[in-house]
Amino acid sequence: MEISSRKEKNIPVISVKGRIDAVTAPEFEKNMSDLISKGEINLIINLANLEYISSAGLRSILATAKKLKSEGGKMLFAGLQGPVEEVFKISGFYSIFSIFDSETTALNNI
Amino acid sequence: MHIFPRIKLPAKIENLEYLIEFVSDCANKQGIDRKRIIEIEISTEEALVNIFNYAYQNVDGDVAIICKSDENNKFVIEIEDSGVPFNLLSLKEPDTTLDISERNVGGLGIFLMRKLMDDVQYKRKEDRNVLTMVTSKSHTDKNNPDN
Repeated sequence: MEISSRKEKNIPVISVKGRIDAVTAPEFEKNMSDLISKGEINLIINLANLEYISSAGLRSILATAKKLKSEGGKMLFAGLQGPVEEVFKISGFYSIFSIFDSETTALNNI
Repeated sequence: MHIFPRIKLPAKIENLEYLIEFVSDCANKQGIDRKRIIEIEISTEEALVNIFNYAYQNVDGDVAIICKSDENNKFVIEIEDSGVPFNLLSLKEPDTTLDISERNVGGLGIFLMRKLMDDVQYKRKEDRNVLTMVTSKSHTDKNNPDN
């Protein structure tokens, strides 16, 4: 798993590449917690290069979303494809998260 | 007699990636497409993590995996452990309709596994738990218009 982040219109855009599994999920969650403790409460997560996500990954996303919600913020997703998109659909994540085709659309909706 | 690929390792999170890779290699050798392989890998991870956490809660032990094809040319993964009797299919399914604050962070793994695979069966065989996961080898094989 590789995590890179940059800012667009002052909003952190986080790209996750590779795999979020039981081994890497804690690292993802820690990265997100660090951003939240720096005061970032609106995040755009680009998963275009994410190949794999298991329930451990979903749990780390839910835990992050709960923290953001208690701070009055939210996370938006972009670029889901393949098995990651399928896993999000099966898990009902499409009904609890705002998911956009592209980063640009996500940024326009924050 | 056909010898099926088999692996046996200590049931520890450190071996998770290696065990998944073993299943992935089997699937790859059978010509299974990339998307299906990822689904197989996710299901294998969910099964293994549950075995590590529940079947071997307080003790150490091994986990063995066999990959094969069944008579319908489906891909079959058999996972065996000698931990306490533990039917992971008996775990309660999560409510996937709840919103963020009500959503419980547990229970999703087995739910995912059951949705991604065509069939999942549990058997207690002598002193072992045997979990069998079955899936078609390509998305077009599945009698499902969504695929």
